[in-house]
Amino acid sequence: MSQATHDLDHRSRAWYVDKVVQVLVFAGGISAIVFILGIFFFIFREGLGFLLGPFEFREVFGSIAWRPTSREPTYGALALIAGTVSVTGLAMLVSVPFSLGAAIFIGEFATGKTRETLKILIELLAAVPSVVWGFIGLSIMNPLIIRTFDVPVGLGVLNSGFILGLMAAPIMTTIAEDALKAVPNGYREAAEAMGATKWQVIWKVVLPAGKNGLMAAVLLGVGRGFGETMAVLMATGHAINIPTSVFDSVVAITATIAAELGESAVGSDHYQALFTLGILLFLMTFVINLAADLAVRGVRRKS
Amino acid sequence: MRFQATALNQRNRRIQQAVRTLFGLMTLLLIVPVVIILAVLVYNWAPAISLEFLTAAPVDQGRAGGIFPAILGTVWLVAVALLASVPLGVAAAVYLSEYAPENWFTRLINLAIINLAGVPSIVHALFGVGAFVVFAGMGKSILAAGLTLAIMTLPVVIVATKEALQAVPQAFRVACWNMGATRWQTVSKVVLPNSISGILTGVILVVSRAAGETAPIMFTGAVAFLPFLPQSVMDPTMAMAYHLFYISTAATGVPDEIRYGTALVLITMVLLMNAASIAFRAHLRGKKKW
Repeated sequence: MSQATHDLDHRSRAWYVDKVVQVLVFAGGISAIVFILGIFFFIFREGLGFLLGPFEFREVFGSIAWRPTSREPTYGALALIAGTVSVTGLAMLVSVPFSLGAAIFIGEFATGKTRETLKILIELLAAVPSVVWGFIGLSIMNPLIIRTFDVPVGLGVLNSGFILGLMAAPIMTTIAEDALKAVPNGYREAAEAMGATKWQVIWKVVLPAGKNGLMAAVLLGVGRGFGETMAVLMATGHAINIPTSVFDSVVAITATIAAELGESAVGSDHYQALFTLGILLFLMTFVINLAADLAVRGVRRKS
Repeated sequence: MRFQATALNQRNRRIQQAVRTLFGLMTLLLIVPVVIILAVLVYNWAPAISLEFLTAAPVDQGRAGGIFPAILGTVWLVAVALLASVPLGVAAAVYLSEYAPENWFTRLINLAIINLAGVPSIVHALFGVGAFVVFAGMGKSILAAGLTLAIMTLPVVIVATKEALQAVPQAFRVACWNMGATRWQTVSKVVLPNSISGILTGVILVVSRAAGETAPIMFTGAVAFLPFLPQSVMDPTMAMAYHLFYISTAATGVPDEIRYGTALVLITMVLLMNAASIAFRAHLRGKKKW
């Protein structure tokens, strides 16, 4: 009797190891959720004092006076927001058409070796560190803009927008190309069988079918632009200013945090205000990522 | 009767040719400026890099001397980041690929990974300051900066590992289960050995990413100058990316050879790592047995 139950009892050492490992990998599995919540918790924890204290909605979003270190500090973040929006806007203006064009060329026109080579080059471009892009903006683009356009300062919306465009383009290209790849080949074949040229297939079939994925690619590019720090810090000129021309120096939200966190005392209003900017950034990118995810899911459900 | 292209056929073909050329040019315009910039950097400033530049300590706030402590610091930071993010990321990928049921919770995990990958680097820095430097009391140290980098690179490890695990055919697992093996025996004896090189590709990618990051380390562990080399993970350190930022913005009168030389060494480190990862991946794809 006891022999029989023992035979059916498969709880050997391996069984226990399996159970322990299952718990361990589950802990790893939820780590991403833990960290997202952790980031949320810790930046709120450090920024809460400002949100409950000196924070005034009308001042932060309605004034350009960002003077956290003056005797009567004011925290108008309008110039910061305007800087981030203008730089990202210019970057997208340049890089969205080029990225989508490149994605279509690589995904639909190019074949064989050409295609592989282009993909590898794009991947390598995406790997250039942002501080190197900032360095390029500072040391190469800056004198180039001064000479070409005969302006006193070459650091500003134009410089950082261009740099940011070059940075965001490889990522957008890769994601957009994935979106085109997700369009089933049967769609293309059906259209080609009707006698459509390659371009007609792309224009009438592939692009409409993949448009959600392409939108996600653009959204992720915008998210990347909002969040970029070092390149924007080094190439915008870092001057508080609502830009009226592309040559104006501006200041970005991310760059302000990077430039000022080191000088602010832990726990001071200034320090907490910078964390509040971090909350703003975190929420903005959170919304963008969610929207992109929803867009991609829309494609999957249909096909 | 011979086939004759109609006017409409010819027009369509012309449009197609024009579009193809236009998009091809757009692709080139994305790539060529960057390649030119990098080529000019290499051509003009490669002579600035000497053995002495790589092995000497900086002198006079970086205005002379070499960059050895910064290179060493980057190695420290990347090592700490890898030690933390690789085990965790591989565990997460094993869970998602081998254990997770298809339900809302798994979708939530995937959404969290996507979001973690999209969090701006400066927000990671704020988290590092709040959680590691202040709350955990690590101070500005290699440990705090390395852990911040680890969390930032975690999504890369997870995604790359998951892809490698899913490339192992389902039949391998089924065969193993049929022998009476537990899930973990299947994973450890069959799935992981068959995907280890794919995981390695992801790890190399993480090294290159972590080595190039500046924002997450600038408040958590990187300092502009240190009179000694770091002795333990509780010391702050110099780092390549932060050093480049410092000598090209805050410091004045740094000679061009040193600024460009530092930039070139950093680019070379990062791009070589990336190229190695890509080559490794291509090699694996060619070698696949199934």
